[in-house]
Amino acid sequence: MKKKTRKPIVLLVDDYPDAREMYAEYLEFSGFEIVQAGNGVEAIERANDSHPDVILMDLSLPVMDGWEATRRLKADDRTKHIPVLAVTGHALTGVSNDAKAAGCDGFITKPCLPEDLVAEIKKTLARVEAGDLKHHRSGHNAKVKA
Amino acid sequence: MRHYAPSSRRQGVALRAVGKTGRMARGNRRLSPWMESPDTDTARLELLEGFLNRSDVADCTEFALQWAAEWAAIAQSICLARREGEMTLTVVGSYGFRPANLSNFSVSLEDWRHPLVQILANRRHTFFSGIGPSGQERRRRPMTPFEQSAFHVLPLRTGASDEAVGLLLWSGTRRLTPEIEWFGSVLALKLAQVLRRLALSEGDRRQEYERSLLRAIVNAVTDPILLTDPEGRLLIANARARALFVTSEEESEGRRGAVSMNNMLLSSALSSKAIEETGAMRRELLLVNPVDGSDLLFELLSTVTEDARYGTGIVSILRNVGDLRRATEQIEENYRKMRLAEMQARAERDRLNLIIDSVADPIIVTDASGSTSLMNDPAERLFATRPGAAASEQRRVQANDAHFSSFVSGLLVSDDQRRVGEVNFTDPATGAAMPFEAIAGKMLTEQGELTAVVSILHDRREALEKAALYEQLKQASDELERKVHAATADIAEQNELLRRQAFELEQASTLKSQFLANMSHEFRTPLNAILGYTSMLQQGVAGPIDGPIKRHLARVASNGQHLLSIINEILDISRIEAGRMPLQLTKFKVPDLIGEVLAELDSIIRRSKLEISTNLPKDLKPIHSDRQKVKQILLNLLSNAIKFTSQGSVTITAKAMNGPRSIAISVTDTGIGIAPDDHQRIFEDFKQLDNSPTRAYGGTGLGLSICKRLADIIGGEITVRSQLGKGSTFTLTLSHTR
Repeated sequence: MKKKTRKPIVLLVDDYPDAREMYAEYLEFSGFEIVQAGNGVEAIERANDSHPDVILMDLSLPVMDGWEATRRLKADDRTKHIPVLAVTGHALTGVSNDAKAAGCDGFITKPCLPEDLVAEIKKTLARVEAGDLKHHRSGHNAKVKA
Repeated sequence: MRHYAPSSRRQGVALRAVGKTGRMARGNRRLSPWMESPDTDTARLELLEGFLNRSDVADCTEFALQWAAEWAAIAQSICLARREGEMTLTVVGSYGFRPANLSNFSVSLEDWRHPLVQILANRRHTFFSGIGPSGQERRRRPMTPFEQSAFHVLPLRTGASDEAVGLLLWSGTRRLTPEIEWFGSVLALKLAQVLRRLALSEGDRRQEYERSLLRAIVNAVTDPILLTDPEGRLLIANARARALFVTSEEESEGRRGAVSMNNMLLSSALSSKAIEETGAMRRELLLVNPVDGSDLLFELLSTVTEDARYGTGIVSILRNVGDLRRATEQIEENYRKMRLAEMQARAERDRLNLIIDSVADPIIVTDASGSTSLMNDPAERLFATRPGAAASEQRRVQANDAHFSSFVSGLLVSDDQRRVGEVNFTDPATGAAMPFEAIAGKMLTEQGELTAVVSILHDRREALEKAALYEQLKQASDELERKVHAATADIAEQNELLRRQAFELEQASTLKSQFLANMSHEFRTPLNAILGYTSMLQQGVAGPIDGPIKRHLARVASNGQHLLSIINEILDISRIEAGRMPLQLTKFKVPDLIGEVLAELDSIIRRSKLEISTNLPKDLKPIHSDRQKVKQILLNLLSNAIKFTSQGSVTITAKAMNGPRSIAISVTDTGIGIAPDDHQRIFEDFKQLDNSPTRAYGGTGLGLSICKRLADIIGGEITVRSQLGKGSTFTLTLSHTR
């Protein structure tokens, strides 16, 4: 029995439009509401005005890169509860560590198939629901459609 | 005592005696001529009778001169005589002088110019007339007790040719009467007789002295000497002989017995016929020592003496052969010892010679005069010519000798004890130069007197050769050192070059890795879009699809996936080769790690429809290793197992091991398997067993190669057991501490 509540909001941050729009199309197809940002600064603005449930953050971004944007989001009381999943084409070992240090809650390596990305988002939202993540305000936007 | 010296007492006695005779009463007839008167014969008889009763020189002359005073009216007279063996004429009698006037009167016969000596020699009567008032002396006259009065001197001689025995001096006129001449001749005869008798008695005394001397000598002889008659009776014996053959009543019985035994033994020895036949004999005679009864062995040497007056006698000398024998034995013993010592000395000398000869260096002993007294064999080769040697060889030997002599003479004339120098000899046989080091030392007696110079020569050729060789060696060594230096410099240069190249390579490698990292990112971004849209199309996001389109999309998706895995693996290889995969050791639990691996491969596992199981013991200890690399190896092995297994199962097993490798993790599948010949090839780069373009399985062929490299980095090992068609087991063994 599923409650008809609002759709979970996903903030997609990526400077490469093909990838961003592909994921946006598939996430909307999969039942998510999508907010998009092309760089770090936009990502912080959208996070503040759209109140996303999860942020998919590409790390290599113009203007402000994903690490810096994540640090700022995690430093801001208004946004620090939002889980941030780093999505990057950098497969080098050091990158995921840096992402965790910056405050990312998960790490996804591109290429990542859209369905795999959806699976990751759902897993993260489930952890938030379970109160499993740091800084997360339990109960906020609790109702997520599977 | 001078018996003949006139003395007042004797003179007095003489006068009295004359007076006593009573014949002096006829003195009143003295003026009567002698020859014609019958009294003359009476007077002469009286003188001759008086002489008969007198034998003493002084007595005779006193009497005679008194007679002359009485019968020839001679107032003063002196008789001088020469005693036997003396060289002076001394007064033996006088008449009419006071003794004081005569005491200093004597004439030396050696003073041949003395008038009295000359008269004695020419035996002529001489008259010295008195010295007149003028004091003139007509002829040389002797100093006499007559002083300035006239006097006669008559030599007293027994015959015309006989030597005068003395001189008669008397005072009186020039006339020499026949009476006085007769008196002189009679007195001469009597005086000669008395003097001869005196001389004879002195001879007896001397004979007696000589006899006692002889006796003392004979007694002093240590050998017994004895004179016996032919019957063996003892006539004369020396002290030593008397001890053996003479005894007295006071001595002990034993001693007397021994002596009589000795006498018997001697008699029997001497009575042997041998003596008479040969006149001398030599035999051994054993006697008894009367003192202690011991045996005494003598050699008896007997000689028969024939004497006209005393008859035959035997002189025997006994020599103690016991002593002699001992002495002989002693001498023999000494001789033996001497021989022994000589033999030892000779052996010693021989040994010394052997030693000296065996010394390879020439040794020469030179005496103080500089001539060679000894040399050993090696020295002889330098200084001695061989028989029949060539003239050149002789010249060389002479030259060697001259060199050596000058060296030694340098030491002989100096005060130094030693001399060391170099002498250049020539080999006599070949003429080759032979440089020697010569060491000469002086041998001195305890008094510091030089006895010899010992020289030792040491051949320097070998040393010189060695020095030359050493020089060559040194040159070679220097050369080598130079080469080594050059090579070292070369190597250093090469090293520097290599270092630079290594640096450049490292830079290049870094750049390459950076490039690959960037490339990888750039590849992934478009590939992400391709794979994403393909997946969306397949899921019908853009509308339903079917038939061939679905199949084509599946091909796009799988080739995209293949491209992605190629990119990933190339990236891994390049990172390993660039050393960008440092060892990061942590402690972790293997089951946890395996759980993570299964979770990451969850989607593949679900698609494969295989039965995946694990076999993990509960008591497995945590290991200490590089977690990330172990995980990557296991991911690879597990995905391979799934990829090459169409149906059946895949099992992951972990177990603890003894020994340095503490844990083994195996992935066992029931897939296609690998032929034994290919078990090694599968670990090489880009090797997939099926290389055909239409091969059934994807993958780069880099997976196992990467696993092996990673295992090497963490000190592990990957092995495979497989059977074609039956499946494979890949096992990673690890140690705790690496």
